Amino acid sequence: MADYTASLRRYYVAYTAGFFLFILALAVLERYGMPPRWIGYSFLFLTIFLYATIGVLARTASVSEYYVAGRRVPAVFNGMATGADWMSSASFMGLAGTLYLSGYQGLAYVLGWTGGYVLVALLLAPYLRRFGQYTIPDFLAARYGGNTARLVGVFATVLASFVYVVAQVYAVGLITSRFVGLQFEVGVFVGLAGILVCSFLGGMRAVTWTQVAQYVILIVAYLVPVTILSYQVTGIPVPQLTYGLALEKVQLLEEKIFHDPAEVNARRLFRERADGYYERIVTLPGSLEDERQRLSVLINTLKSDNAQMREVAAIERQRRELPTSSEAARSYWDTLMRQAAQRGAEPEQHVTPYPGPGEAVSDTARLNFLTLVFCLMVGTAALPHVLTRYYTTPSVREARSSVFWSLLFILALYLTAPAYAVFVKYEVYSTLVGSSLADLPVWVSAWGKIGLVSIEDVNGDGILQLAELALNPDVILLATPEIAGLPYVISGLVAAGALAAALSTADGLLLTIASALSHDVYYKVYRPQATTQWRLVVSKSLLLVVAVLAATVAAQKPATILFMVAWAFSLAGSAFFPALFLGIFWKRANAAGAVSGMAIGLLVTIYYMVRVQFDTIPWLGIHGVGMEPWLGIQSTSAGVWGVAAGFVTIIVVSLLGQPPSKETQDFVESVRYPELDGS
Amino acid sequence: MTPQDYWRRNLMMTALLLTLWFVVTFIVSYFARDLAGISVLGFPLGFYMGAQGAPLIYLLIIWWYARYMNHLDQEYGVDDSESDD
Repeated sequence: MADYTASLRRYYVAYTAGFFLFILALAVLERYGMPPRWIGYSFLFLTIFLYATIGVLARTASVSEYYVAGRRVPAVFNGMATGADWMSSASFMGLAGTLYLSGYQGLAYVLGWTGGYVLVALLLAPYLRRFGQYTIPDFLAARYGGNTARLVGVFATVLASFVYVVAQVYAVGLITSRFVGLQFEVGVFVGLAGILVCSFLGGMRAVTWTQVAQYVILIVAYLVPVTILSYQVTGIPVPQLTYGLALEKVQLLEEKIFHDPAEVNARRLFRERADGYYERIVTLPGSLEDERQRLSVLINTLKSDNAQMREVAAIERQRRELPTSSEAARSYWDTLMRQAAQRGAEPEQHVTPYPGPGEAVSDTARLNFLTLVFCLMVGTAALPHVLTRYYTTPSVREARSSVFWSLLFILALYLTAPAYAVFVKYEVYSTLVGSSLADLPVWVSAWGKIGLVSIEDVNGDGILQLAELALNPDVILLATPEIAGLPYVISGLVAAGALAAALSTADGLLLTIASALSHDVYYKVYRPQATTQWRLVVSKSLLLVVAVLAATVAAQKPATILFMVAWAFSLAGSAFFPALFLGIFWKRANAAGAVSGMAIGLLVTIYYMVRVQFDTIPWLGIHGVGMEPWLGIQSTSAGVWGVAAGFVTIIVVSLLGQPPSKETQDFVESVRYPELDGS
Repeated sequence: MTPQDYWRRNLMMTALLLTLWFVVTFIVSYFARDLAGISVLGFPLGFYMGAQGAPLIYLLIIWWYARYMNHLDQEYGVDDSESDD
């Protein structure tokens, strides 16, 4: 075992050194005139080729290797693999942006996505490892005796993981299309190939070793740009320690910018525009026809005044884009009203917790913060693709220390994300805001072309006010190399890191879905007599089917993708956490309680999400189902109700029924502690 | 030296550490507005706890639990690892 770990360490040290040499070589080539496009291609194809090589080398035909990597992944490496498995494109690209846009409120993600590991370490990982089977539904079936619990578990696994995997494949499409100029749909399928080469031949074994490789790339890519930026701003290359200094400067700039008269005026203009949209919405349907006529009159006057063609064309486009039905107009103007209102809102200071006018608004913000933290934590401790990773360590002892390593490797990114937000904010406030629109830096227009940065000179003074600048959260991380004035090779590196983050998470999720279907449904329920070889054939075919399905859905560019990721946590948390936790810590919990608790927890969460988030679902023909949120809690925190309902249901139903059998109680004992002498 | 004993000590430690987890997560965040006046390394304390303090404490909690349980395993002679590290 010690030899095995040592040689693994040698391989990965050599690999990391090789990766640095590769970056250096590209940097030199760039200086000698290698075009950016080729740098992008080099990063894309070299990294995918690397993952493919590992995937092919780790191919296997053994069931234990395929599902749990032979249970001989040392704690440190399992920690790295969990880190890559866990940190998706939402963490890599979205987190820094969310922190930039919402300041203190964004810390809910940092807290939730790290604190969940305390629950994993203390309440689940060691016990699942001692149980030592293949999937989470396996545990539910063993503890709650029977296939009903297993099938409910499979349903929840597939539901939560599929939503999540679509988001990852979507991100792959975005990255490849932005950095190497592939068409979005082509990018999705290139990414799909990258995912499949890792998991198809070698299952968990291949996924584990590619995830370790992907972790190295993603963390290097995340740390390099912000470290250089920190050095430029403060002279010390440790962003996690120095961003306090930048934060103090940001606070001074906020004081100055927020009260600037031009700023106040720009915000007022945006608010007036929002009021205008509100006016139109309440006077529907008449206002739609009025608006069409107003634009037509405007076009005619412009034409008769011999105005510039560009101006006329812009208004004509506005008229063309007007919705046709009053229902569509409502949602169209509603979106525009919200955008304008957001730009016109009083800006909040970065460090202010729970901002808002008045105590009540602030208290609701606090409640939403706390419930979101809770949902993300419980979801972390319930997402099957993460929990399965703790089946792969050689022992319970290694499982415990593996959670420590996992969190350590994850913190390397999560402690850095707030620094990104602050340094970029400092750059934007100190150099961008207040500069002339005619000479903005190149990155603004480059990212503006694909709609991630938008600038509107609402007060027409030719100077950029903060209110006139709208940034998409993803751009914060992607544009940092350019903001810091770094060579293109660093941008390529960031793209490779984002790709690694998305691919590694997608690998883990796809394998989890395929395992749940092939192992739990096909082998355990449908055909228990199936041969080993046949089970792997089924699993591999399902992997292919699910992957193609995910890519097909992602290619449709579903709009609510970011919401769906947050929902995956609430769904997984409410379905699994109460049943897993009580299954280990409360012997009295019985099958009827667990099954009804999982089902009701899941249903309550879905019910709350749907009714708070949507008023109409056109493709199901449902209208007017929207409701006021309970206690003002948003749909992303729906799991707080589902988890509570799950706990209550399991306890009440279990107490009403018979206690579980002697075998089940013995099973719980066997999971809780090892065979002791004299017991 | 009974299994019940082992389990009871495990539960005590789990409860203790979960309480710590609860305090640094929910209690501290609940009072974040009141902690804004105190400054650490240039950060208001409430912000610092969310951005770095609490995550680092989580890491310590997990490290401590693994250490404690590994010692407990050895004490009860049930260490299941085959490696010597």
